[in-house]
Amino acid sequence: MNLKLKALTKSLWVFHAACSPCNNCDIEILDVLTPRYDVERFGIVLVGSIRHADVLLVTGVPNYKTKERLKKIYSQAPQPCLVVAVGGCACGRVMFKDSYNSPCAVDEIVPVSAYIPGCPPKPEAIIAGVVKLIKKVRG
Amino acid sequence: MSHKVVIPIGPYHPLQEEPEFFRLYVEGEKVVDINMVIGYMHRGIEKLSESKHFDQVAFLVERICGICSTSHPFAYVNAVEDLARIEVPGRALYIRTIIAELERLHSHLLWLGLAGHFIGYNTVWMWAWRYREPVLDMFEMITGNRQHYAMMKIGGVRRDIEEQHIPALKKTLDELVRAVDMFKGAVMDDPVIHARLKGIGILSRQQAIDWAVVGPTARASGVNIDVRKDDPYGAYDKIDWSVIVEREGDIFAKTKVRILEMYESISIIRQCIDKMPGGQIDANVKDIPPGEGIGRVEAPRGECYHYVRSDGTNRPIRHKVRAPSYMNVASNKVAAVGGTISDATITLAAVDPCYCCTERVTVIDKSTDHKILNGWDLIKLSQEKTENLKKSLKV
Repeated sequence: MNLKLKALTKSLWVFHAACSPCNNCDIEILDVLTPRYDVERFGIVLVGSIRHADVLLVTGVPNYKTKERLKKIYSQAPQPCLVVAVGGCACGRVMFKDSYNSPCAVDEIVPVSAYIPGCPPKPEAIIAGVVKLIKKVRG
Repeated sequence: MSHKVVIPIGPYHPLQEEPEFFRLYVEGEKVVDINMVIGYMHRGIEKLSESKHFDQVAFLVERICGICSTSHPFAYVNAVEDLARIEVPGRALYIRTIIAELERLHSHLLWLGLAGHFIGYNTVWMWAWRYREPVLDMFEMITGNRQHYAMMKIGGVRRDIEEQHIPALKKTLDELVRAVDMFKGAVMDDPVIHARLKGIGILSRQQAIDWAVVGPTARASGVNIDVRKDDPYGAYDKIDWSVIVEREGDIFAKTKVRILEMYESISIIRQCIDKMPGGQIDANVKDIPPGEGIGRVEAPRGECYHYVRSDGTNRPIRHKVRAPSYMNVASNKVAAVGGTISDATITLAAVDPCYCCTERVTVIDKSTDHKILNGWDLIKLSQEKTENLKKSLKV
């Protein structure tokens, strides 16, 4: 297995890009970090810059303004970079797919490694999603 | 001016609701001007609403904001009920009020935590969010979801609060009172918080009126406005409670208003539980006649306004939404200007907008192009100031 990927799964540093979400997924992501769920125990932390990150967390339906920025963020990420789409919007645009300001889904802009559906996914679901992702990367 | 530095803040960040983009113009440490760009959240909800039928729109407007996810549908159903002159059953009004107040509790706790984080009190962040969890558990118990409760329905509510829910609800409220007591003590007695928040980001009464701010931001500046009192909806007119107003207009006053409002919310919920009548929870509305209606709701951040026009079909032909932060963020123009960069973080966050945006932010000195700080440094700057204050106050 790729050494870089193996090292990656030890402690995931996460950068969170909110692409016009309603913030619910964003709050639940923060919830995962706060005392009840506390994934910081496992070395999973939010970082302030994509250049420090192993994982790009995307929420929401990209609009024309955020689409370009998401592309830019991904291009700045050190590779390998895993992309996780959190929430129904990021997974498949759900009720916003007919909107005039929703050009495409997240996975048409960046390659998505894991989808966590739900509106919003519960913190348990987010943790389960990350665990599955790590298992898959480890093979 | 050649030595004016531009600090772009935004548009992304993981902490707040709406990605917004601030440009701070600074000279040295001092903020001299501020410019805001919004639109990163635009998903065309008003237009989408015209393509959904009246019942579906409630789910759509719920997704305007994840934190005010009852306020928007509440204002929308108020608008439609105003349009169609629907009489809502009493029990449904009380249930709506309980849900709206639980939402205020969780939203104010959320803000308190974030504000603590910005000034370098990560413990406050963690504790506030820890005590927010039981509120979310109540939502899950009553509505089936932690967020996006989907309770509001034209003519009533979707789910009833059942007898077996009430003991757990009461117990959670009792525990929450103790938590709020703790936060109140922590904020009111801490000399560092006083030094950090008092006299910072002042919005005077006249400025608050001129900039038309709403909600806790206005009430902290001595403007006594609250839709719940001024134009009662739900069951607010049947309940005894008071509007919290402070005069100072600084960030400390805004914090105080929010903390004291939590006590009011708890008291409102308790009274609702006691006074809640039995009976139907839904008026079984069939058709929406042509006409227009407005609905106003006091969201945790201020007045949320919805306007709906119908032409007699099953879809609204116009739906206009005005969220409270739209008014409040503009007031940053006066609140943040004149302060320092390290205070800008908390000042911009104090209206509980939808700011923070401090992740993925770069500070670029345009005149020299060599000083580059990222948004994380802005929070650091703010936290360092608190550390220095702590040292100078010897606490």
